[in-house]
Amino acid sequence: MSVDPVDIEARISKTGQPAGGPRVTVKDFKGKVDPDWCPGCGDFGVLTALKQALVELNLNPHQVMTISGIGCSSNLPGYLSTYGMHTLHGRALAVATGAQLANHDLKIIVTGGDGDGYGIGGNHFIHSMRRNVDLTYIVMNNQIYGLTTGQISPTSTKGMKTKSTPAGSVENPIFPVSLAIAAGATYVARGYTGQVKHLVDLIKGGIQHKGFALIDAFSPCVTFNLDNTHEFFKHRTKKLEDMGHDPTDFSAAIQKSYEWGDEIPIGLFWKREDLPTLDQLEQILDEGGPLARRPLGISPEVARSLVRELM
Amino acid sequence: MATVDLSIGIGGAAGQGIATPGDILARIFVRRGLHLNAYNAYQSIIRGGHIFLTLRTSDAPVLTFGDKLDILMPLNQDTMNRHLRLMKSGSVVLYNSDKIKPGEVEAGVQLCPFSVKELAPNIRGDLVQNTIALAAVLRLIGVEFKILEDILTLQFKRKGEAVIAENIGVARAGYDYAGTHFKPFAFSLPDTGKKLAFFEGNQALAMGGAAAGVRFYCAYPMSPASGVLHWMARHGRQLGIMVRQIEDEIGVINVAIGAAHAGCRAMCATSGGGFALMSEALGSAAMMEIPVVCINVQRAGPATGVPTKTEQGDLWQVMGAGQGDYPRIIVAPTNIPDCFKTVPQLFNLVDKFQCPGIVISDLLLSEGRSSVDPAELDFNVPIDRGEVIGLNGSVPPVNGGYNRYQLTDTGISPRALPGTAGYTHVVATDEHDEDGVLISDEFTNPHKRQAMHEKRMRKMDLILPLLEPPTLFGPEDAQVTLVGWGSTEGVIHEAMQKLANEEWIAANNLQIKWMVPLHCQAIMAIASKRKKLIIVENNYSGQFARYLRSETGIVADGHIRKYDGEPFMPHHIVDGVKKILAGTTQKYVPVHEIMV
Repeated sequence: MSVDPVDIEARISKTGQPAGGPRVTVKDFKGKVDPDWCPGCGDFGVLTALKQALVELNLNPHQVMTISGIGCSSNLPGYLSTYGMHTLHGRALAVATGAQLANHDLKIIVTGGDGDGYGIGGNHFIHSMRRNVDLTYIVMNNQIYGLTTGQISPTSTKGMKTKSTPAGSVENPIFPVSLAIAAGATYVARGYTGQVKHLVDLIKGGIQHKGFALIDAFSPCVTFNLDNTHEFFKHRTKKLEDMGHDPTDFSAAIQKSYEWGDEIPIGLFWKREDLPTLDQLEQILDEGGPLARRPLGISPEVARSLVRELM
Repeated sequence: MATVDLSIGIGGAAGQGIATPGDILARIFVRRGLHLNAYNAYQSIIRGGHIFLTLRTSDAPVLTFGDKLDILMPLNQDTMNRHLRLMKSGSVVLYNSDKIKPGEVEAGVQLCPFSVKELAPNIRGDLVQNTIALAAVLRLIGVEFKILEDILTLQFKRKGEAVIAENIGVARAGYDYAGTHFKPFAFSLPDTGKKLAFFEGNQALAMGGAAAGVRFYCAYPMSPASGVLHWMARHGRQLGIMVRQIEDEIGVINVAIGAAHAGCRAMCATSGGGFALMSEALGSAAMMEIPVVCINVQRAGPATGVPTKTEQGDLWQVMGAGQGDYPRIIVAPTNIPDCFKTVPQLFNLVDKFQCPGIVISDLLLSEGRSSVDPAELDFNVPIDRGEVIGLNGSVPPVNGGYNRYQLTDTGISPRALPGTAGYTHVVATDEHDEDGVLISDEFTNPHKRQAMHEKRMRKMDLILPLLEPPTLFGPEDAQVTLVGWGSTEGVIHEAMQKLANEEWIAANNLQIKWMVPLHCQAIMAIASKRKKLIIVENNYSGQFARYLRSETGIVADGHIRKYDGEPFMPHHIVDGVKKILAGTTQKYVPVHEIMV
């Protein structure tokens, strides 16, 4: 972004929101380079939707940190102008947890794929949700390993033939939405990159939500997954809001999360707002602002008390 | 010269309450200004098994837990059976004769039986024998009863007057019984009038972190590193340090990296197994140029190994952790107070050079205890965060765009804290260009890759001159130079004294603290003057010997190694030096005499 920082500072009030100045536009979030995803890749839809959500929420690029792991979709932070971290395969949520606790003024967006988040990063996925870390996790779920040229992922359907399963996968897939609800995520949604407007609303809702928000987004891989294509999703996806689903009804949310057939529900499955986030539970964050910006060093009085304990 | 050099061994099963008399004795010693070194040999068991705590005190500095025991306090028969045979003439064995029987004993060893049934007929519980034995020990070394009375009053304050009175009564009975039935030592424990403090290495590491301004600490529990977590957790709120327990060590290091990138000084600690899980992420910290400090408290490996035993077996792991070449600083503190001083030094370096730093400790250092002069515990240490935009409010205007990884002569590029307006950028674990754009896929470029790789590695050249070079300790023209690294400094120094006093062998010591980068020139200059060079290390394969040879071409004349899980005792090194100088062997591996 080629804006003078002094200008930007002037636009931001203490709450971090632009104070009456010009609103941010999609251009403000344009990255240094364009995506190198295959033409037709679902991930374009997520990038477009995310930028649009940030614009509609009127967030400034520097207030946002986008953190990813490794995989096609994890290249996303490089195509967006916010603070970004392109971390190791599977580790984005762990890095994001540290960053969020160190500076809770940042809006943390985590992006990645199904292999990155539900496979190699599975442990961090579960534990970040039970901790209710305040971040928005967008998983571009294409049910395949794309960057390694087509092997099964944790969400690949049973029977799927790939380079690592020439006779068809014998494994049951993960249901990320069910898993997230069970593990303690407080905002759990599913989107489809063929329905960008709907996805924008889900992402916006996730960012505005105080707590761990998962948005599992069907993001078809046009090169390596010839089963779960746009053609496959186009007619099957049905919006939960059109089905009269109540996202505060736990049993209904769990039930809907397992539906997979001629109708596949998308939308907000589950949301609860009564649970504090991890940073809210950290007493040392009660006052004094972000940890990362506090002065270092300890007072002579405290130092003396530490030494006294040893005597 | 020392007027007193006293070692006390307290042994029993886990759960028999060995720690309490140990703590009380340690406090009594340091409050009299006496030096202290303590080592606890224990097992990976919560109840049962065998624990043996050795406390050594003197009015002269105490470098190790020593070679001999003056007092044995066996709290069960097993301890008596294991250790009585090692007691020498002039030593004392105190035990509850209701339950424990002595075996054969060397002439001149004073057996001091006492009957708990007689001395404390109305008190139930096994802990009473500890109190009686403790009181008897204090009588034998000439410590006034009032001191024990005060400590017991403090210790049982929360349990009420009745419990205090009961314990003081029992202690008095033990103290008086010892006065009339046992022969005291020829000395009375002196009081230098200058109080000392004492701490274990893990506390020292954690306190060093606090002094350095660590704001974020996370860990997964693992022996023998958990002491750092426990200290941090206990003091986090008071000190404004966020302390988190994470699901695994891969998570730990990545959470720390996230916090560090956001701007906190972040630290974590683990042992070898956990460190193995952190390897890849340490490389990522170097690639993204994020300063983070990781402590590896070594235990006996490989795999789960012996979780409660010591070793220096992770040097190559730490040096080779993670794929590819990357800048890293590795430091091995040489004694417990040095743990405290090293952490702030390392933080200033990693902040300046934006790379990971590793402290390599071991069980001996981290769970061993040492006295320290409180004046040495200076928390007012210099703090240098390096070049960080947005840390202190003032933000320079961006002229012509901000390149996070700008190519510079030093290899150091200005770092901007996330949240700073105008400086958005992406840090990446993929190879990237100056502006953070990946050069691993569409924009792959061998020339840029080379330039970025060289930029990062260039930092190593600038780090070296900032590290204190190793110096020779002891007489320059000694017959033998003992080379060690990290925790073996104390035992080598004590062995040098023994060699000089008992064997008429002059030895000196070159102890290496800063492992990577290594002061090769300084080491070669010192080594060029040596007569014989022997490398002492607590591992099987001579990891440091191989490293030294690869970096300097120095080939040692002999090796003293130990890999049974227990630390060196001074006489092990003395024996090794004698054998190697006599030409009977080039590699000496002592047999640990104490069965713990």
